[in-house]
This record gives sequence, structure tokens and C-alpha cells, in this order.
Amino acid sequence: MDGFRYMDGVATVRLDDAACIGCGMCEEVCPHGVYAVAEGKARILDRDACMECGACAMNCPTQAISVNPGVGCAAAILNGWLSGSKPSCGCGG
Amino acid sequence: MSGEKSGGCCAPSAGSAVPCCGGGSPSKAVPRYEDTFLDGQLETPAGPVPRVHSRIGGHDLLGRWKMRWGIGRDRYRVSPGLFALGAPDGDAPVLVTANYKMTFDAVRRDAAGLDAWILVLDTLGVNVWCAAGEGTFGTGEVIRRATESRLSEVVRHRRLILPQLGAPGVAAHEVRKGCGFSVVYGPVRARDIRPFLEAGMKASPPMRRVVFPTMDRLVLTPVEITGLLRPAGWAAAVLFLLAGVGPGIFSLGAAWERGFSAVAALAAGILAGAVLTPVLLPWLPGRAFSIKGGLAGGVLAACTVMWERGSLDAPTTLALLLAMTAVSSFVAMNFTGATPFTSPSGVEKEMRRALPVQAVLAVLAGVLWVGGAFLR
Repeated sequence: MDGFRYMDGVATVRLDDAACIGCGMCEEVCPHGVYAVAEGKARILDRDACMECGACAMNCPTQAISVNPGVGCAAAILNGWLSGSKPSCGCGG
Repeated sequence: MSGEKSGGCCAPSAGSAVPCCGGGSPSKAVPRYEDTFLDGQLETPAGPVPRVHSRIGGHDLLGRWKMRWGIGRDRYRVSPGLFALGAPDGDAPVLVTANYKMTFDAVRRDAAGLDAWILVLDTLGVNVWCAAGEGTFGTGEVIRRATESRLSEVVRHRRLILPQLGAPGVAAHEVRKGCGFSVVYGPVRARDIRPFLEAGMKASPPMRRVVFPTMDRLVLTPVEITGLLRPAGWAAAVLFLLAGVGPGIFSLGAAWERGFSAVAALAAGILAGAVLTPVLLPWLPGRAFSIKGGLAGGVLAACTVMWERGSLDAPTTLALLLAMTAVSSFVAMNFTGATPFTSPSGVEKEMRRALPVQAVLAVLAGVLWVGGAFLR
């Protein structure tokens, strides 16, 4: 996005080609242009642009997409490590 | 639609930038801001619906300013439910948004001139994107709110326009099953609502992409700082204590003098990580925020050393360089939560590598600084 790139080779997003019906929802909801649909199938064009927000998996009607969604937030991850629970934005206010 | 994009400890909400805090109890017994934007009411087959205007007044600007500094953020909410903008009829579009008032304000401002329904979800006063991540801007809440407001009696069509950044919390196909309304994902930013509608509910590719321009990054920096005040206070207290340690066991004079310099270095490190790094983000080398922040802090420390040329001894100089690099690196890493492009997997990978390095740098700096007092 506009020259902003984060870590390569870490995104957990996976697309099951066989389950995909090419409806295009993933392409529509992705804020980073990760997907493109052509000839009735979605393809992952740019996996490293994925921020794992989970919008694609949530809106895939055939569950063809899997991703570990979450917040890309150091404070949340640190909170999770310290409290031994799921990362959360524990900023309270 | 999501209003301004908001960053914060999650990602930005649509529009401008606000951390994803807030949250807590359902939005009932909270201060009401309705009287500042209500403009009568509209009769509908489902009863009267409050009407809002598009003007943003001093009250709204003050509220926004307070949010930028993190003041009273969990109380900045509007009541969830259905609102009318302009003079909507049964064919008017339904825009769905969050009940964070800054988001709501962005929608009513940017949709000025439209005749539309605004369906406000109870996201506990959190912006769209963060609320979607937490699930409060979610499938169940869309269905509940559409049903409770008797939307199907108010409009003839069966379409809800959701902000695209609400998609992580909403399954469009489930909403249709749950309440009969189909979900159309609108643009990321509230300011694109009108062009989106004029194009026949088609979003151009730029409307679908999240960006993070300098102004969006800059407005997020005050809250980065206010969020650090408490830990910084504790760190300052420890620094003052350590500053007094020296050959005479403990010296109040040294505690004051050396402590003051150390706290100034801490403040400079925080500034480098929480303001300089976000603003210079695209131009600082590296992908990892810890590297960008470390560089910003290191360069600022080097400038300080040049400025103070001669007055600092060698251990203090080295301690200053290491400490400011470590502090800035750590603080900058925190800004990942405010950006709309860092993945949790990436942040975790970065933290596993960066935290040990930051800790070693900080300990080394402490040893050099305290040890230096004994060499005098």
C-alpha cells in the first residue's frame, strides 16, 4: 500500500482452490489488494501485503480461505504474552 | 460507514486515525451528544426516527481534539439505532456505521446532501475497523440492529451499505440469512460514500484500498504519547533513584542533576519513537518498526551528543546513544498497532527478535551510566 510494506513470508492466509467458487467477495473486502479473481477462481496475488484482518475468510461463503486473524499490535501481543491469554488491545480507555 | 480512518492499538477505522480503545459496557448510560447533531425527527411506518444534520460545530471539534489526546475515549459514543439524514424515503440507501462519535460525525459530515438512513451499531464507542476486529461491529449486531429498528418497514429495498473495513467482523452471507438484508461493502473512507453511490454502488479500486498518509500518521501521535505517560513516569522515578547512586552511596544532588539529564534522554527517546518515527515512517529504512525507531532514536541521540560536545564523558555518551536507541525502538514498535498494514504474524516475529536486543541495549546503557558515576 502506497509504498508501505511489512514483514515478508509471515502471512498465514491460505486459499483452497478447489473450494473457491470465484464469487469475488475476497477481492472486494481486501483493503490491500491481495486477491484477484479471474476465470471463476480467486488467486492470491500478493500474499506479503496481507495484514491478516480476516475480512476475506469471514466473507467467503464456502470457507475456502483460512487465516489466523488478529491485531497487528505490539502492545496487544505483549499483553497476551504477559497475561497468557489472547492478544487484546487492553488499553481500557 | 466508517468515519475517519483511525489507527490505534488495532488498526485504523475508516477515515482518520483513532486507537481502538474504548470498549467496555454497552452504550446506554453514557453522556449523550445527540442534542448537538439532532435536527428534529422523521415519521416512518416504524415510528418516528431522529434526524441528524451534517454540520460539524465547535463541540464536535473539541470532542475530536480530546479523542486525539485520549481524553474520555470510552465515553465518546452516540446512541445506537436508526437515524435519518436529509429527507430519506423508502428507497433511500442505508449506511451502517459504528457508534464512536468521531466515526459517526465523519459519516454525517461526508454524506452531506444525501438523503439516507444511518444505522448505528453499538460498537461500545469503538471505530469500525477495531470494532470489526473485536467482533462488536459484527454479523450478530448488524442483524439485531436492523431487526430492532424495524428497518424492513422503513425501506422497501433489502440492502445495507457497510464500510469495507467492517468486513473483518461481518459475514455478508450470514447477514442475509439472519435478517433478509444483503450486504454491500462500500468504500473504506466516509468521504467516498457519495462518489460510491453516484457510481451505482460501485467502488473504484482506490476506494477499496487503505492508505496511511502523513496527516493520518501525525494525528495519531498525541495518543501514542499520552498512553506512555504512566510507564514513562515509573521509568523516570527509577532513573532519579539510579542517578543518585555513586561513590558516596547515594547523593541527592547527583540524583537531581544526573536524574534530570536521564529523564530528558528518556523523553527524547519517546519522542523519537512516538512522533518522529510515525511521521517519517515511509522514509526511514527497514521494514521492522523497531529498526526504524532505533535509527530515529540513534540519530537523535547522535545529534544530542554533537550538541553537548565536550560536556559528556565517554561512558555517558555511549549510554545516551544506547538508551535512546532502545527506548525509541521499543516505542516505535508500539506504533504497529496504529497502522493499517502490519499483520499480527509479522509483529510477533519482529517482537521476538527485537525485544531481546532492546533489553540488552537498555541494560548496557544502565551499567555504563551508573558505572560511569564511579569513574569520576
